[in-house]
This record gives sequence, structure tokens and C-alpha cells, in this order.
Amino acid sequence: MSLSVSLFYISAAVAITTAIMAVTRKNASHALIYLVVTLLSIAVIFFLLGAPFAAALEIVIYAGAIVVLFLFVVMMLNLGRSSVARESQWLRPGMWVLPAILSGVLFIVFGYTVLQTENSAMIEGQVVPPKEVGKALFHKYLLGVELAGVLLLAALVGAFHLGRRYLEERREN
Amino acid sequence: MFFENINWSYVLILPLIGGALGGALVLVWWERRLLGFFQDRLGPNRVGWFGILQSLADAIKLITKDDWVPPFGDRALFILAPIIVAGAMLMAYAVLPLGPGLIIADSNIAILWILAMSSLAVYGVLLAGLASNNKYSLLGGLRSAAQMVTYEVFMGLSLLGVVMLTGSFSLRDVVHAQEDMWFCIPQCVGLVIFLIAGLAESHRLPFDLPEAEHELTAGFHTEYSGMKFALIMAAEYLSLILISALIVVLFFGGWLGPKFLPSEFLSGIVWYGLKVLIVINFFILLRAAIPRPRYDQLMSLGWKILLPLSLLNILITGAILLGTQ
Repeated sequence: MSLSVSLFYISAAVAITTAIMAVTRKNASHALIYLVVTLLSIAVIFFLLGAPFAAALEIVIYAGAIVVLFLFVVMMLNLGRSSVARESQWLRPGMWVLPAILSGVLFIVFGYTVLQTENSAMIEGQVVPPKEVGKALFHKYLLGVELAGVLLLAALVGAFHLGRRYLEERREN
Repeated sequence: MFFENINWSYVLILPLIGGALGGALVLVWWERRLLGFFQDRLGPNRVGWFGILQSLADAIKLITKDDWVPPFGDRALFILAPIIVAGAMLMAYAVLPLGPGLIIADSNIAILWILAMSSLAVYGVLLAGLASNNKYSLLGGLRSAAQMVTYEVFMGLSLLGVVMLTGSFSLRDVVHAQEDMWFCIPQCVGLVIFLIAGLAESHRLPFDLPEAEHELTAGFHTEYSGMKFALIMAAEYLSLILISALIVVLFFGGWLGPKFLPSEFLSGIVWYGLKVLIVINFFILLRAAIPRPRYDQLMSLGWKILLPLSLLNILITGAILLGTQ
């Protein structure tokens, strides 16, 4: 087994373990740290698949910005012992049955499609440099990029609207 | 295959880590001396030649100090936090060129890698604030998170002008693209924005609101003592060196000397070191010269002025590139 393949198995194992830990932790900040490790190991897998640009963006955007905001909210709400107690009430064994069945079904379907697909990315395959990613995004997938941009703009305007109403109410009082 | 561009330069790793940590240690003393000079006082001048061993004495003191972990906080996260800060900072050095050909990992995503590592370092600060279970630490951590997420946005955007002119994320290519003209001239707006964002990212004094000692005792590291405190301090100075070296590589031609001097006048590493030292001294001068803004001023400066400015910079650079091609 070559170095890249064994690295793939190690990071995949880390990703699955930390994802399970992230779901089962009762302390929100611990769960988020496990989630960050999951994202980092997924970034390693992207890197091994020959997509260093996607790997870097995974760290910058998901681990470096989105989960930071989650943690920010956890800190701002200052969740203490009471929330841990509430979480342990929610995480009773009976709660796991339906999600386990649903994700099991999803896993079977996913595994089936992966096995059916022929030209999937290979470990030690071709490395895609950032320039090629840019060309693909702005030629072949231009419509997708534009639609994602419009969607983000809509989210931005919505957030601004909600925030402004809150600010105006506060100013009146 | 993607490991083939990382070769014998593995040998550089240990000297680089040693050099960076040693540099951080000397820098603490240098900053105190220089601040003393700017503020018309002496600064540390007793231990060794001009006090150069002061940092060593401080380090010995910190090692022998009681390493206290607050019993009311989150023990695991409290210990993890300084490791994350210092580890992420050292990881960023992996792609930093030290001279012509002297680079550990000449990656084609080097700029993104440094941004990624500096955004991971935020976790250390956040967790330090959260795990201390102390209101000053929590406020410091919150401020740090908001400040760093804000300034990260246009720290990345301000670099895009350089990336567009180079056509690559590799720092070696960036330096080679500056053989005719340093990027500080065509990208002067990007330089100013990156400088301000770098100040905020490394918590240097005009923007050190996460640890503003007048209001928050020591902000996110109030509860830290001994070597954990030393690690956090080392990480701050490591990030100062990193930002200075990045500014030199991205905007001031890296190891290239000025064009009007013959190339054999000084070797590349000397030029590089000299330029980094000048930028570091400039940062220290800023610390002595500019008072700390209020927190909301810092945020509105970021979102309302610097973000539009960096977007405009990208737009104009792109238009000029398109027009000249």
C-alpha cells in the first residue's frame, strides 16, 4: 500500500470517528472542535485526490469561518451546565433509532451509486491546479456560480433586513 | 506525485522552527528596547549585551513558574488552546520562502495555506477565552473571533490583486513576477489593506482589542501562566514575523534587491532579512504611535471602508489586466 493510500485510510478513519464524536458530545464546544477535526481530515482527503485548491478552501471557509461563527454563538449564549443537562436529556438511547435507520438507508444508496460510477477520482490520480479550477468554474459551470452568487446575495439581503428591523426597534425604545 | 515538490528541504524544518522561535524570543527584547527608544526611556538593558539576554531570563522565569490550570474552567480545552495557536502559526511557516530556493514546501496553494493556518489559529484564541470561564477572557475571545473573521475576509481579498498579477498562488512565482517592478507600486491599495488586516490578525497594538489591558486585564489569556502563557506570547510574535515576511514576499520583491543596484551587491537572504526587519520595526513604530480605536470603530472601519476598497482594488486590477492583454 503506497503512502497516499494509507494516508487516505488514516484520514478517512479520523473523519468518521470525529464525526461520530461531534454528534454524540453533550458539550457544544467540544462537539464543534470534533467537527473542525472532521473538516480538516476531509481537507486531507481532497488533497490526496489531487484537489489542493478545494482542500485549502475547505479549511479556509468551513473550518476557518463557518465553524468559528458557530463557536462564536456558543460563546455568546454562554452555554453552561444547564445546556449540558438538557442535551443529555435529548440524547437518550431511544433517540438514535430513527436517525440510524435513515442514515443507514442513505449510506446503502450512496455506496451503491459510488460502486456504479466508473470514472471517479482516484488517489494518486491527476492533480488539478487552482488555475484549472477557475477555468472550469467560469466556463463550464458559470451558471452554477452565478446562481450561487444570487442565492448568497438573497441571504445577505435577508439578514440585513432582519438585523435592521431589530436595530430600529431598539432605537425607538 | 504531489509529494515530489517537497524534497530535501525537509532538512530545513528543524532549523526553521528553531529560528522562528528564537527569532520570536529576540523580537520580544527588540520590541521592548525600541519602544523604550520611541518613548524616551531605557527599556530592558541589564541582562547581557544591551540586555539581549532579557528574553532568555524571562523564558527561564516562565519555565520555573507554577503552571496553573483554573479548576472552574474546561481543563482539556484550556490545555489545547495554546497548542493550537502556536501549532497553526508554525504550520504556516512551511510554505514561506526564506531565500532563493530555500523553501520547505513550494506549494501551488501557498497563499491559501497561510490564510487557512491563520484562520485555524483563531480557534486557539477562542477556546482560550471559552475554557478560562472568566468574563474578561470570554469578552476577549468574542472580540477576537469577530475581529479575525472580519479582517480575514479582506485579508484574502487584498491579496487577490497580487495573485491576479502573478497568475499563481505560489509564493516563489509571486517573487519571480516582481523582477521588473515590486508589487508595492501597482498594488499600493492592496498593500495598505493587507497591512491593516495583518495588524488585526496578529493582534498588534492598535488593534489588540482581544487583550486590551485597560479594559479586559489581559483578555483571552488572563488565566494563563507559566509556559502556556509563553506559548501564546510566542505565537503572537511568530505571527508578527510571518505577516512581516509575507508583506516583503508579496509586495516588496522578497529576496530581490532594488534594480538600480548590481545583483551581486548583497545576497538574496540578506536583502530578505533586511526588508523583514524594516517591516517589523514599522509595526513596532505603529504600536508606539497610534492609540487603540474603540471596538465598534474597528468593526465599521473593516466592513464599511476596507472591504469595499479591496473589492474595488480587485475590479480595477482586473480591468487593467484585461485591457493590457
